Amino acid sequence: MSKPTKPKCEERKSAGTTRRDFLKKAGTAGAAAGAASVLGSAALMANTDNPDAQTTWAEWFQGNYRLMTDEEKKEATARLEKRYSAQYGKDVTVDDTPAMDGVLFGYALNIQKCIGCRRCVKACVKENNQSRTNTEIEWIRVVRMEKGQFSAGDMDKGYPPEEGHEYGVQVGGNAYKPAGVVLEGKHYYEPEENKVPEKDAFYFPIACMQCEKPPCVKVCPVRTTYREPDGIIVIDYNWCIGCRMCIGACPYWARRFNWGEPNLPAEDMNPKTHYLGNRPRMKGVAEKCTFCIQRSRHGRYTACVEVCPVGARKFGNLLDPESEVRKILDRKRVFRLKAELNTYPKFFYFID
Amino acid sequence: MSSKTRFPIDFFSYALKGGAQYYAWLAFLGVFVLLWAVGNYYQLTEGMIITGLTDQTSWGMYLSNFVFLVGVAAAAVVVVFPAYFYKQEDLHKVAVLGEMVAIAAVVMCMLFVFAHMGRPDRLWHIIPVIGIYNWPHSMLTWDVMVLTGYLILNLVCGGYYLYMKYAGKPLNKSFYMPMILIACVWALSIHTVTAFLISTMPSRPMWFHSVMPIKFITTAFAAGPALIILCFLTVRKHTKMDIPDSVFHKISHFITYFLGMALFLIFSEVVIELYPSTEHSFGLQYLMFGMAGLDKLVPWFWTAIVLMVVSFGLLLSPLRKNFKVLPWICVMLFVGIWIDKGMGLLLPGFSPSPIGELSEYTPTMLELFVVIGNYAIGFIVLTLLMKGAVGVVLGDVKYDQSK
Repeated sequence: MSKPTKPKCEERKSAGTTRRDFLKKAGTAGAAAGAASVLGSAALMANTDNPDAQTTWAEWFQGNYRLMTDEEKKEATARLEKRYSAQYGKDVTVDDTPAMDGVLFGYALNIQKCIGCRRCVKACVKENNQSRTNTEIEWIRVVRMEKGQFSAGDMDKGYPPEEGHEYGVQVGGNAYKPAGVVLEGKHYYEPEENKVPEKDAFYFPIACMQCEKPPCVKVCPVRTTYREPDGIIVIDYNWCIGCRMCIGACPYWARRFNWGEPNLPAEDMNPKTHYLGNRPRMKGVAEKCTFCIQRSRHGRYTACVEVCPVGARKFGNLLDPESEVRKILDRKRVFRLKAELNTYPKFFYFID
Repeated sequence: MSSKTRFPIDFFSYALKGGAQYYAWLAFLGVFVLLWAVGNYYQLTEGMIITGLTDQTSWGMYLSNFVFLVGVAAAAVVVVFPAYFYKQEDLHKVAVLGEMVAIAAVVMCMLFVFAHMGRPDRLWHIIPVIGIYNWPHSMLTWDVMVLTGYLILNLVCGGYYLYMKYAGKPLNKSFYMPMILIACVWALSIHTVTAFLISTMPSRPMWFHSVMPIKFITTAFAAGPALIILCFLTVRKHTKMDIPDSVFHKISHFITYFLGMALFLIFSEVVIELYPSTEHSFGLQYLMFGMAGLDKLVPWFWTAIVLMVVSFGLLLSPLRKNFKVLPWICVMLFVGIWIDKGMGLLLPGFSPSPIGELSEYTPTMLELFVVIGNYAIGFIVLTLLMKGAVGVVLGDVKYDQSK
């Protein structure tokens, strides 16, 4: 972690001493500097130029983002910018734009149009700096459902089929054929290029529903995940203790966990990040869709909306009667997933 | 030196002395602590990726052992409560040993919670005042609260009793009795809250039912006292302490009741889930019969059922009072309930996932190292506490003013 960095001759005002002074002292102390670099970042914290070491140390003491003052937020994001820029070799910005007044983000997805191409999944991974390998993290899951296959030959068959076992159990012979049900974990698929929609399938994309009554927020013991004023449920990755209560509580299986150190190749890294959104994560914390907070808070569409080739995905401000989502809610046939759980998602499904 | 400062010194110097067999036992446990260190080294450096956990099954061996041991900890009540409130004289002397079992079990619980955390380095975030303690909203904060409280109560009750005995002073009943009563009620709370922790998630239909807390308590009050019986038998065999037969008969009597209730609740759950066979029952179906070719848990479930039913049958028979058979009954039902909590309750809750995906989880070798190591540490704590406590009760460890 604490690779020995080349000494720079700039002044280090914060430490109240120059780098050269420090090196002189360190030099007289003989192996001290070497030993410190072995011992890790903590020992060198005040006098190192290694942004990784500095950030790690400062982050350990930093409070929860929700409770930080504006000044502390600026410090935290500046620290991260420095670290990420060094780590990924490009100018990384870490945005801390707060929610806009009068905005409540909402999403609507036309299941009639979705062709199951999974381009949204890929675009999301690219935009939001998910870990690419081991473990591969995807925030959107496109569920593949099979069309019904009823056959006339099974009409009079029953279950159980053996003779002498007719207890009046009324299960028809067609009961166990797939008919738009997702059973047995078969919904995961990797479509071949231009082979979608597949013949006997339809698709149902799922991501974080940004619930108004989010079970994940309720169960979090340290309030690291919370609802922002614009309705987005966010996670302060630096405050998460990795207990995975939220993953257990989410009825939409929207949350992912960084089981190991995320693998994000520098060339694939998206340098435009937000503190609460797509900045690179660390091992041992939960993550999920944030409605592309780094984009939406600047009035842009999310990556999945932009990439969808059939225009099935719509995004906008629920408080604005003229917005596309509001018009959809007013005019289309709309439903929410697992409405019976009273989570009040701001992610709606609709058909024309 | 005052008796207060001498007490821990005398207590542990007695606890650390023993014959070759005693040291061999501690060394045997020590080997597993080394494996624990290996497992922890990899988990702390590489992250949870060294475990078999996935986004589908995100809680595994660590949390299921935690749930099981919370029950074991709670079960000290079965010895303590009748001793003091039904004036069972024979249980008085051993009640403090029950508290030692509780302390060791809570220590293991905490080790398992620590192992479960993805970021143990950020533990301070949950400490009230300096961190954020999402109480009363988060059920986990309730669990932290009741567990810490229970540990303190047992340390106070057990420690106070042993210290007074050690110093040769009479117990102050107006302090001790209320503490015992609080500890007994508190013991119920730890298992209740742990049941609430997992049964308040509609996202996991298998856990989402209100029988969970009482089922937890009944299984706990069977498994915990089983461990206590095994400990007491060991104490009786290897120390001068005489524990009368009546103690074992009473405890095994309680076990019979609680195990019977537990079996009844399991039976009710199976009937209520499987009769309509809605989506709500898929977790149980997967557990009992397997689904879509995934059936790793099936043999575990039926093994647990057989162990519990057979041990219940034996407990009902006169063999309950046979000291050759009793330890085997205890081992059987302890293992049976251990399986029931882990492979039988926690894992099938994750399969199918909330969006209908079935998956199977297999713990890795390193993960098992940590699990076994946590048990080894707990049993070292248990051994030392029991040894010291027996010494105090026997009068071998006594305050000597001349020192």
